[in-house]
Amino acid sequence: MSSLSTNQPTPSRFSRLWNSNMGYSFRRNPVAIVSLAIFLIIAIASTLAPVLAPFDPYDPAQIDIMNSEYPPMWVDGADPQFFLGTDDQGRDLWSTILYGTRLSLLIGLCAVALQAFLGISIGLVAGYVGGRIDSLLMRLADIQLSFSTLMVAIIFLAVTQAMFGSETFNQYAIYFLIAVIGVAEWPQYARTVRATVLAEKKKEYIDSARVLGFGPIRIMVRHILPNSLSPIFVISTVQVANAIISEASLSFLGLGMPPSQPSLGSLISSGFDYIFSGSWWITAIPGVVLVVLVLVINLLGDWMRDVLNPKLYKG
Amino acid sequence: MLAYLVKRVFQAIAVMFAISLIGFAIQDNLGDPLRELVGQSVSEEVRQQLRDELGLNDSFMTQYIRFLGNVLQGDLGTSYFFKEPALDVILKKLPATLELVAGATLIIIGLSVPLGVYTAIKPNSVLSRIIMGLSIVGISIPVFLTAILMIFVFSVELGWFPSYGRGDVVHVFGYWETNFATADGWVHIMLPSVALASIMLPLFVRLIRAEMMEVLQSEYVKYARAKGIRPYRIYFVHALKNTLLPVITVGGVQIGTMVAYTILTETVFQWPGMGFMFLEAVNRVDTPLIVAYLIVVGFIFVVTNTIVDLIYGLVNPTVNLARMGA
Repeated sequence: MSSLSTNQPTPSRFSRLWNSNMGYSFRRNPVAIVSLAIFLIIAIASTLAPVLAPFDPYDPAQIDIMNSEYPPMWVDGADPQFFLGTDDQGRDLWSTILYGTRLSLLIGLCAVALQAFLGISIGLVAGYVGGRIDSLLMRLADIQLSFSTLMVAIIFLAVTQAMFGSETFNQYAIYFLIAVIGVAEWPQYARTVRATVLAEKKKEYIDSARVLGFGPIRIMVRHILPNSLSPIFVISTVQVANAIISEASLSFLGLGMPPSQPSLGSLISSGFDYIFSGSWWITAIPGVVLVVLVLVINLLGDWMRDVLNPKLYKG
Repeated sequence: MLAYLVKRVFQAIAVMFAISLIGFAIQDNLGDPLRELVGQSVSEEVRQQLRDELGLNDSFMTQYIRFLGNVLQGDLGTSYFFKEPALDVILKKLPATLELVAGATLIIIGLSVPLGVYTAIKPNSVLSRIIMGLSIVGISIPVFLTAILMIFVFSVELGWFPSYGRGDVVHVFGYWETNFATADGWVHIMLPSVALASIMLPLFVRLIRAEMMEVLQSEYVKYARAKGIRPYRIYFVHALKNTLLPVITVGGVQIGTMVAYTILTETVFQWPGMGFMFLEAVNRVDTPLIVAYLIVVGFIFVVTNTIVDLIYGLVNPTVNLARMGA
């Protein structure tokens, strides 16, 4: 018996993924390959920001206002010390962008993790329990969806900022952002998960699991949830892209990360004041990074939707 | 249908109640109305007396009911900064925002239908691929970045369009001043509407394309083809009609979302609308104005969503009313 398994070692998770349908279509799709490569470069570079960045943008001792508004290297009047130039406060733009991208990605991923956790739990419960709880939860989801996330976030953050004062707000801005973007979008997950739960619930393996005496939580998490993973993956990519855009928009309005600890959005915002005086790079370079980051995530999401092809919610 | 209508309206009222409660809670906790009234130089005794007179020492419920009564009569408080009724301040700014939304909507409708239909009919042509590629780029660019880019290119570099304000407006009636009457007004509204449209346009092109491709697969389109009806008649008369229903539903919901995007667009272009006013109110901690904005915007959201749902229920006989709670 055991010789069978020793002769043929079980393929590693990676090689299983590589040889699967998804792996095959990935290898055949240059757009997906390039997108993933760019995403990984951005993600790794920003994670390693403290190592890669020549300056620490959070350290006031390294910032000299006299260095402000140096253009990038390829423009006349640049200081070779600053590869992408400096911003209005004299920070090295390259270092600030690395740290800013790290913040934007972190907020995007954490917010989506929160959305997924809330949405999946609520969707599982609504679909599995059914009845009044289901209709109540789905009604709440409808109402939540009918208010645009950005609107809810703007009002929530504006009121929080006015209530706590900007000093305290700036200190905890990252948590507020994650919380509000995370809470506002849970219905996206809840609806999809609920739909798959309703479809799976009727199948025989669920009946047999119930007959075996497994509890509802075990059935939901161990048996039903794995079957709804592919739509969850597709939603997640789009949601991360949206969360990063929302964070940037909120920071641009001054309701997100403070200028002393800028994400990409707040960096673009602080550069906007200088665009008329010709310092286009403070806005343009973080803007390009933001667009490229969101674009590659969206392209990956598009490819994934084509491969997994779940019946997604329209709109 | 009637039961559905009643339930839907009831739900809308319940949501408005929740919004008013949130609004009141904000008003109750944010800022001190007394300080705005009398300043710092009044003794504690007089303060307490004033608090009693103004009813600020009443219980939460009493104060909330009073607030609700005022709101129902159209009294949303007085703005600290403008020293005017908050509702008036908002209504004065509303036309500017609505015109911006109208401009963007015109662009979206004018472009999304032909582009969506074309990409659905010829999914493999080079032009379709370019349109679809551009649409995913469009979705990935935040609206404020599009706006900044346009200001940089068309205002700073080329100098074709002004970068801020409404320009020459013509008074129509009441608080309504229009941009669409003078050439200067048109020039001013151009960039903001294009920026606002840029975020929604890709969404609608993709939606119309997806719906259209689905419809083109259906039996009745095949039958129309077999019958020998000219292709353009099939596309634009028979197929498009059935495409528009979901598009209208999504579109109605997106009108609410657009209100949020107006805040961003108006901030970049310093457009004197509600969104710009709201951010200024936040910076000045002008509590009554913040609360009034919340209630007005909440009202717009709830009304559009309810109407869209009702139209959907009316127009589409196959919609399962039982599922929607009738």
